[in-house]
Amino acid sequence: MVQALAHQRFAEEVLSVANMNCGGCVRGIERALKNTIGVQDARANLTTKRVRVRFDAGAIDSSRLVRTLAEAGFQAARFDGALAVTDGDQKLLLRCLAVAGFAAANIMLLSVALWAGLAQDMDAETRNLFQWISTAIALPAVAYAGRPFFRSAWTAIRVFRVNMDVPISLAVLLATAMSFWQTWTGGEETYFDAAVSLLFFLLIGRFLDASVRGKARDAADNLLAFAAGEASLVDPATGAVRQVTAGEVRPGDLLLVASGAKVPADGKVLDRSALVDTSIITGESKPAALQPGMTVFAGSINLGDPFRLEAATAADDSVLAEVTRLMEAAQQGRDRYVRLADRAAKIYAPLVHGLAGMTFAGWLVSGASVEQSLVAAIAVLIITCPCALGLAVPAVHVVAAGRLMRRGILMKSGAALERFAQVDRVVFDKTGTLTVGRPELENAEAISDEALKLAAGMAYASRHPLSQAIVRAAVQRFGAMAPARDVEEIAGYGVKSGEDRLGSRAWCGLPALDGDDAITVVWLARPSLEPVAFHFSDALRPDAAQVVGYLRQLGIGVSLLSGDAPAPVKSVAAAVGIADAQSRLTPKDKIDRLNRWQAKGERLLMVGDGLNDAPALAAADASLSPASAADIAQTAADMVFQGQSLAAVPEALQVAAAARRRVLENFALAAMYNAVSIPLAMAGIVSPLLAAIAMSTSSILVTVNALRLRGSPKPWTH
Amino acid sequence: MDALIILIPVALLLGVGGLAGFLWSLNSGQYEDMDGAGERILFDNPHDDRPDAA
Repeated sequence: MVQALAHQRFAEEVLSVANMNCGGCVRGIERALKNTIGVQDARANLTTKRVRVRFDAGAIDSSRLVRTLAEAGFQAARFDGALAVTDGDQKLLLRCLAVAGFAAANIMLLSVALWAGLAQDMDAETRNLFQWISTAIALPAVAYAGRPFFRSAWTAIRVFRVNMDVPISLAVLLATAMSFWQTWTGGEETYFDAAVSLLFFLLIGRFLDASVRGKARDAADNLLAFAAGEASLVDPATGAVRQVTAGEVRPGDLLLVASGAKVPADGKVLDRSALVDTSIITGESKPAALQPGMTVFAGSINLGDPFRLEAATAADDSVLAEVTRLMEAAQQGRDRYVRLADRAAKIYAPLVHGLAGMTFAGWLVSGASVEQSLVAAIAVLIITCPCALGLAVPAVHVVAAGRLMRRGILMKSGAALERFAQVDRVVFDKTGTLTVGRPELENAEAISDEALKLAAGMAYASRHPLSQAIVRAAVQRFGAMAPARDVEEIAGYGVKSGEDRLGSRAWCGLPALDGDDAITVVWLARPSLEPVAFHFSDALRPDAAQVVGYLRQLGIGVSLLSGDAPAPVKSVAAAVGIADAQSRLTPKDKIDRLNRWQAKGERLLMVGDGLNDAPALAAADASLSPASAADIAQTAADMVFQGQSLAAVPEALQVAAAARRRVLENFALAAMYNAVSIPLAMAGIVSPLLAAIAMSTSSILVTVNALRLRGSPKPWTH
Repeated sequence: MDALIILIPVALLLGVGGLAGFLWSLNSGQYEDMDGAGERILFDNPHDDRPDAA
């Protein structure tokens, strides 16, 4: 009874912790949480950078947990909605792998005895006993560990398609059935070892593949948890404000957006006016002034006063609905891409089955018995079974994904890597992609040390993006800085400390100017000083120009498609050296431009971050997003990169090209091995021993070849 | 030959034991945090109430 009650009271929540990097962090996080009243248990996971907390839902809520961690120095974020827990796939593969490994090892031990026995005339009874033991191990092992392949093959066959799993399943099942028949009738040739070790090697490939995708998915989920952020929910009756995750916001909710904060959900502006930076939505670098009743989109940043917002449903607003519709249409192009392994399977499966059929017919015609002919045909199937192929592609993808991840690039699937390898034009978005997407101090040289120190001291206390830009400029110039004392911030106007003021013209007591852009200029006023103006603009990523130059050098076309006004687009294009730049494009226009290039046979890599880029990201052959991108863009992109550097673009392209070379080399190795072994199998001189040796050596060969990707090509640095 | 009758089942049983142990450890979540597990051994025992424990 008590337990049932207790069970209802306790809630469990998983938080993502960005800066959990060592054992000390694990301990700090667990200790901070466990010392909080209401928390029953906390368990941090260093691998996934997550912490699972069980707490008394009546005594504490989860935003309090996030604040507790923040006080202890850890940046935590809650997951939006339900977290997709899909590592069941990986666990099933690991269980199959364990069973196949056990079976392969034990059957191989018995097989070694059998092979030795063939040379030293083992008596038939002992041989048969060993075969029966092998059967007893192999039958359940194949039935259990073969399921991932059988299921996939069956799905393909039902819709009259062939994938790599069809010849695999066929070879395993036929080899097992034939060996069982041989055992039953007291024959000599059993292939249990080949069948089970085939499964074992292939499951290694499958497991590697699943673990790449699992890791990338976990990391992507963590990024999204931080991107979504929190919302301040206002209770309409009492006016009380409560923190919730952005995912918990429902249409009709009343939200408060603090000055300098990210808008958590799409909605209608309720207050007098709002000034927001909408660059992540439209690419426009100039802040937009919104009137009451106008729609503001999630991801915009509030540059003005705090304002209230009524959350709207996605269906309410035409822009998001339009973007979603465009994305769905664009996605179809990418779905047409056929993976290399599947393309290989299309040629491979009919060829192998044809050869096996020919072998059977050939032996029968030349006077052999049905059983003898069948044995030869099955030997062909076993020896040609794409063990090396099944391992060749995932091994390369695992090494490539590991290498990219060390450089802060998340690869979502192996197919994406293959599409990256064929890119011959890179299309950039401007705001947030070629630029950092946040304001930087533009006229730093014009500002005296004294003024910058003073301004930064006051700005230090503020979370406003412009304040933070001043602080960054000061830290860059002086190395360190001292915060001013007694700083007071009036949201939407500025900060003051004693007589000193930093903020809008009105705040500093200056007369309004005609045509003064109130947002991208901040003023510093001090009684003894001439007022100083701080100008801001969206700065370029530090290595944007070098990256563009390097792509050119590689013979890759570079273009710029932006939703921003012509003037800023032109200046950015000139600064990084892109000749082909177009401005004021809607999401639909961007897709049209991409389609025009694609019609000419070009393969495109789209690099973008905004909501307005999402359809283009889906339409391009390959796509890349910075981790600062809008959720929808990150979801649409094949890869996501972290950090300020654009070097991720050439790195991803080069690793992809190298990976493709390794995969093709591996295919060539497998083909060579088949060219030697198939004639032997057709001639009927492949023994079970030869099959086992050939299979392991070819698997090891392709894996070693994949590992070469770790070091070459050398990462690009400018 | 007689030895085999005993030794083969013994060998297989040992193997099955190892397999069962692995599957048990997998299901009880012991591979969920491969990086953290190695660090945890360095933590002080929270229930350690020896007088000299800080």
